[in-house]
Amino acid sequence: MTYEVRAGDIEHGGSVSARIKTDLIEAGVSPSVARRAGIVSFEAEMNLIVYSTAGGTIAVAVESEFIVIRVEDRGPGIEDIKLAMTPGYSTAPDWATDLGFGAGMGLFNMKRNADRFEIESRVGEGTRIACWIQKDDSAGRPLHKEAQ
Amino acid sequence: MKLQDVAKAIDGDILVGQDQLDLMVDRAFAADLLSDVLALTEERTALVTGMTNPQVMRVAEILNIIAVIFVRGKTPPDSLLEYARRLHIPVVTTRKTMFETCGLMYAGGARACRSKAVSDMGVDA
Amino acid sequence: MTVADVVDRLGLAVLTNESDLGREVTGGVASDLLSYVLGTGAPGQIWVTVQHHTNVVAVAQVAGLAAVLLADGRMPDEAARTRAASEGVILLQSDERAFDLAGRLYRLLAEPR
Repeated sequence: MTYEVRAGDIEHGGSVSARIKTDLIEAGVSPSVARRAGIVSFEAEMNLIVYSTAGGTIAVAVESEFIVIRVEDRGPGIEDIKLAMTPGYSTAPDWATDLGFGAGMGLFNMKRNADRFEIESRVGEGTRIACWIQKDDSAGRPLHKEAQ
Repeated sequence: MKLQDVAKAIDGDILVGQDQLDLMVDRAFAADLLSDVLALTEERTALVTGMTNPQVMRVAEILNIIAVIFVRGKTPPDSLLEYARRLHIPVVTTRKTMFETCGLMYAGGARACRSKAVSDMGVDA
Repeated sequence: MTVADVVDRLGLAVLTNESDLGREVTGGVASDLLSYVLGTGAPGQIWVTVQHHTNVVAVAQVAGLAAVLLADGRMPDEAARTRAASEGVILLQSDERAFDLAGRLYRLLAEPR
């Protein structure tokens, strides 16, 4: 399933992610995996709303071993990905921080909740993120835990 | 402490959850920044916040938060309360500040949630 | 109650302006919203937050707060630390959660003198 997220659409922020989590549970995914997927999706969704120039999409696929979440936007692109992934680093505009967003934890939280995380971005074009979450997580948390 | 004891301690109104007065609230997390809340790991935690935007309940849903306490006299919009009702997540509001609310809940026996992704795994940035 | 007393009783780390710990503490404020603290913060309060960038220091200074207490193991970024040191803003730090720190500080301040 692919969901569209509009830039600046704070009013609906999180609604796509809540639906994704519910859908996954209905599809038989374990609650803790669905929760992690919900968190990954939520951070992605808020990033699209707060930072993207023209919105983007969140696609969720349930594969044999993984839940795969792919996020794509149409801009503005991230200049320094490493910096953007640093917890606490934020470029959030005032209107976002006034609403409690922009703590600078988004990309970091996504990576922490995924078993595999890939990001690529081009300034002026956009950003693509892919997260793989293992369906069987009897440990209740990401199986990989070394810093990357 | 029970939900009704929390409400009593903080002079709060239970806007959603009159049918869950005996809900045990032992762990709490105080935050205004939702991204910070999203780093919480699985635990039966109540959220204490001053932010009343719709995302708060969506985060509560995603994280299985057991109750939401709005401080600083913030009354959330009806749509948020409706949503909370559907999720069966109790909502309490209080005029008190976050500082006072934490203090009174702490005095009642509530403690901060124990596990959180960032601090447990180390912030290796 | 002074900042030194609070540091002592709550087991806090002192990051800047250690010589000023004799400041009187009148209360506490817990919030991550800078605009809120700017608007309602009162002189002499200790501010419990996870925000750790330079604007936090500016708000603490303008509001005349006694100190900023960074919760959850947060550390100030370089700019915040430098600014705090030069502007006389006391930065305190703890690994404990904001909820517990606020709870314990509230209890401390409620003790009969």
